[in-house]
Amino acid sequence: MWLKFEQRPEPSRTMTYLSPLLAVGLMFLSGLILFLVLGKSPVEGFKVFFLNPIKDSYGIAELFLKATPLMLCAVGLSVGFKANVWNIGAEGQLLIGALMGGWLALRFETSTSPFLLPGMIVAGALGGMAWAAIPAFLRTRFNANEILTSLMLVYIAELVVSWLVHGPWKDPDGFNFPQTKLLSATATLPILLAGTRVNAALLIAIGALVAGWIFMNKSFMGYQMKVAGQAEHAGRYAGFSAKRSVWIGMLAGGAMAGIAGISEVSGPIGQITEHISPGYGFAAMIVAFVGRLTPIGIFFSSLLMALLYMGGEQAQQYLNLPSSISKVFQGMLLFFLLGSDVFINFRLRLVRRRK
Amino acid sequence: MPTDTSATPRLAIKGIRKVYPSVIANDGIDLTVMPGEIHAVLGENGAGKSTLMKVIYGVIRPDEGELLWEGKPVIIPNPAQARELGIGMVFQHFSLFETLSVVQNVALAIPGEFDLPALSKRIEEVSNRYGLPVDPRRLVHALSVGERQRVEIIRCLLQNPRLLILDEPTSVLTPQAVRKLFETLRQLASEGVSILYISHKLDEIQELCHTATVLRNGKVTGICTPAQETPKTMARMMIGEDLPVCHHGEPGNEGEVRLRIEALSQATDDPFGTHLRNINLEVRAGEIVGIAGVSGNGQQELLRAISGEEPLADHRAVQMCGVPVGHFNPGRRRALGMCFVPEERLGRGAVPRLSLTENILLTAYRKGMLFSGLIRWGVAKKFAEDCITRFDVKCGGAGSEAKSLSGGNLQKFIVGREIMQEPRLLVLAQPTWGVDVGASSFIRRTLLDLRNSGTAILVISEELEELFEICDRLVVIAKGTLSPSKVTSETGVEEIGIWMSGMWPDAEKPGGTSHVA
Repeated sequence: MWLKFEQRPEPSRTMTYLSPLLAVGLMFLSGLILFLVLGKSPVEGFKVFFLNPIKDSYGIAELFLKATPLMLCAVGLSVGFKANVWNIGAEGQLLIGALMGGWLALRFETSTSPFLLPGMIVAGALGGMAWAAIPAFLRTRFNANEILTSLMLVYIAELVVSWLVHGPWKDPDGFNFPQTKLLSATATLPILLAGTRVNAALLIAIGALVAGWIFMNKSFMGYQMKVAGQAEHAGRYAGFSAKRSVWIGMLAGGAMAGIAGISEVSGPIGQITEHISPGYGFAAMIVAFVGRLTPIGIFFSSLLMALLYMGGEQAQQYLNLPSSISKVFQGMLLFFLLGSDVFINFRLRLVRRRK
Repeated sequence: MPTDTSATPRLAIKGIRKVYPSVIANDGIDLTVMPGEIHAVLGENGAGKSTLMKVIYGVIRPDEGELLWEGKPVIIPNPAQARELGIGMVFQHFSLFETLSVVQNVALAIPGEFDLPALSKRIEEVSNRYGLPVDPRRLVHALSVGERQRVEIIRCLLQNPRLLILDEPTSVLTPQAVRKLFETLRQLASEGVSILYISHKLDEIQELCHTATVLRNGKVTGICTPAQETPKTMARMMIGEDLPVCHHGEPGNEGEVRLRIEALSQATDDPFGTHLRNINLEVRAGEIVGIAGVSGNGQQELLRAISGEEPLADHRAVQMCGVPVGHFNPGRRRALGMCFVPEERLGRGAVPRLSLTENILLTAYRKGMLFSGLIRWGVAKKFAEDCITRFDVKCGGAGSEAKSLSGGNLQKFIVGREIMQEPRLLVLAQPTWGVDVGASSFIRRTLLDLRNSGTAILVISEELEELFEICDRLVVIAKGTLSPSKVTSETGVEEIGIWMSGMWPDAEKPGGTSHVA
């Protein structure tokens, strides 16, 4: 008797939705083994990593705070991913969005206009879109692979931020720390729940999820992008522009990442520093795939990913584990998801060995 | 008949059954082939012919049943084993490497050491003996389709097969090339080689085959001697009912010009493509114009130029309803009333993993399915359901994925979707390719009705029979140029067949690489 992979006659719908749950289960399991190997009690490790962060209402509020940028980035990216537009530079678009919005706040630091904050959000979105437009242009004009160009632009964006906060934008009264002045109260996102840090960006993110759902399921443009992603020749046959799909896919990702960036700066951070994002733009890709590129799925998977970030911090504090532990969990999640996804198209069968 | 009933059959198969998850492909099939017999396996698309041949050639294993090779029970686990027994197969889709020469391609299939000069000699011997002229040193990409088929046949013959299986061998050949192939097959049979000839073309089977086994829905529905049957009686065995007759009728009065192609020349980037040279053509309202030709002579390129999938620099090269549209994309051309049925159904005419309703939206969205950028799914679903009913598409409903439909049913769906948009100009490529006899006849009748109601129709097909049945005028495409047009009733298969080799009056001298069989 042995096991054999066998192609399913058609992809399994059940497995499509079961696969992320399977991946999460396997990630938990491997996490416990990892704690054991590191000489920690697995039960203790599990508690510290996955339960401690959300044991009170403040923790749950923090969970939503951290999930917000992930939701924003992931829903924007999923629009492109559905059309086979592989924007993996959301991290860079997030940073440029943060810079653009932050610049507006610093430029009008004494303003008390109610339009400042909306203006910053728009500037953030435009910044992200501008950064995403570069790979979109290179792809549609020169057929340059957007995976490479968008990724390379991440590092350029990081260096731009670093240069600005070390140089021209550095707070003169900031004891030489590489950071800008704090944003004024007018330029800061209002808190939704007193006593927590959850701010209005969560509402924007939920609005983005709803808009994303309508775009993907109800709009003709979303339909065209789905066709372009699944069958390029059918798209050309129907007269749908492949270039437009690339542009919309890239710009949607850029806009959302840009908003995520500015909402971090005008939310929990309150100024531009070198550490605006702990890799939200990259983690959002895992979020998008675990959420099956659907807004509802992304809502839940971004909460899970936020938990991994928070668990990592707790593990550092209470278990003396290095900060990279949360990256290890992210990696395991993606690894197991890709593995489980094989079962969407294949199944295992017991076969009697032939003589 | 060369068969002798007392002799041992070359191949006898009994009770072959093969079940796939969604369909029973073969359900208790018996078949006997004598030495030197040309045996037809006749059946519609999806009748189980290909599955049966794959069982014999060792590509798939049957769930039940046994094979007797020259009287002895055998199990054929793979094609190599089949070849060792003496079974050769020429597939419908050739398996040749385009960038290699003929002899290199043959060498890859022959076990043992490479000795190209010796092999070239053997190829020449076999090709002379059976009237299959092919130069072993030529590169495959420069060969015509007919020549490629010869290479496939020679490759089989070099292994001295005692049973040769041919899967729809004539679908890519000109009438003249079909004649030559038949001579070769008869010679082989007279030397004692058994031949299994898979086809759905009744006239060919009548002419060539000694015996025919007819399949329907995975079962044998009849064994007959084609010479004693009429196409009508064989068709009844094949589809279970009589074929409806197709009345052609006279074309309407001279209608307005809906499609005009004017001095269209277009170079292709594809190294194996065909350049279009100075093409002129008019299609008027109320007529069906057919373009005949052997595949690979510029049909694909011409279709892309007409559909707009390959926009042209010269705006006036293609005109629709009087508007120069050379630079228009397919969407803008459709807005003028063009509809188009492409040759590839899955992946071009339909998106495999989307439902039929979603596939309706692909081209029919102008029919009231959009409301300020949002989709009115109800309207699309209604359209899909109407299309399924009207064109008798066998499927699980409007929610079925396109790829779950059989080729013929998906073709009916696509043709239906395009026709139901009430086009002013309808362009079809291979409208009944791979579609079963009943459905093809239905599609042809629908096209004639549409013509009578004033639509201009352009059909590009490799099936001459079909073109003669429905077209009012015929033109021939060869080497990227178009022949003058002929009124169908004033020409015949012979003349068009000769034109298909590029030899019409005033044609340019043949030169360069041609794709003529």
